[in-house]
Amino acid sequence: MEPKAPGADHAAIERERGYLLRYARLQLRDPAAEDAVQETLLAAIEGAARFSGKSSLRTWLTGILKHKIIDHLRRNSREQPLSSGDDAAEADAVDALFAGDGHWRDFSADWGNPDAALENRRFWAALELCVQRLPARTARVFMMREVMEMPNEEICKALDITATNCWVLLHRARLTLRECLELQWFGKPEK
Amino acid sequence: MIPTCKETSVLLSQGQDRRLKPSESLRLRLHLLICRRCRSFSQQLEFLRAAVRRYRDHG
Repeated sequence: MEPKAPGADHAAIERERGYLLRYARLQLRDPAAEDAVQETLLAAIEGAARFSGKSSLRTWLTGILKHKIIDHLRRNSREQPLSSGDDAAEADAVDALFAGDGHWRDFSADWGNPDAALENRRFWAALELCVQRLPARTARVFMMREVMEMPNEEICKALDITATNCWVLLHRARLTLRECLELQWFGKPEK
Repeated sequence: MIPTCKETSVLLSQGQDRRLKPSESLRLRLHLLICRRCRSFSQQLEFLRAAVRRYRDHG
């Protein structure tokens, strides 16, 4: 038998398609998500010899996919500027969580042992629903931060927003998701 | 001065994205000492981060 050539083999690359598609769909809608995955697989097959095997194949492919997603988001954010009406409504919704003196207005549900939720299939449906309800730009920043684990400076650069704006959007996303998960999951008697 | 819950929620959120200044982290800790809700919120932020990563990796 010939010694195994360095680089990634095509069948192994193709097997990661499902994972990559799920990852891409957390950031982009179809068909953009499918396009980004297709471009990633093509780039990986063309550049298979560059895969050193130092990281896992999945990590290498995810790195390529991240660049494709960021390129897409960058193009897209230029095309769709944030509308100021949405922004004000979202700021109001966050303000409503706090009383005038800055205390939590309503923060009652005890989440118990939240890790148990991770073992429950229906919890993921609740999480998906809550993420889908976020305003588009807020969801985008949140997913870039939490799914792609991008540092804030890179998110700002890619979307052409200020660092302060980025922090505001992340804070809103987290508060809104907390509220939504409490309503949709942790505060419900039957899950 | 001890920050309000609203300010604390901002510091807790930013604490997930950048290193807080010593003065900020002191104010944050003072507030958490006296506020059970913000302690819960802090744990819920950790949970949210872990949940999203688990969703990404295991669907």
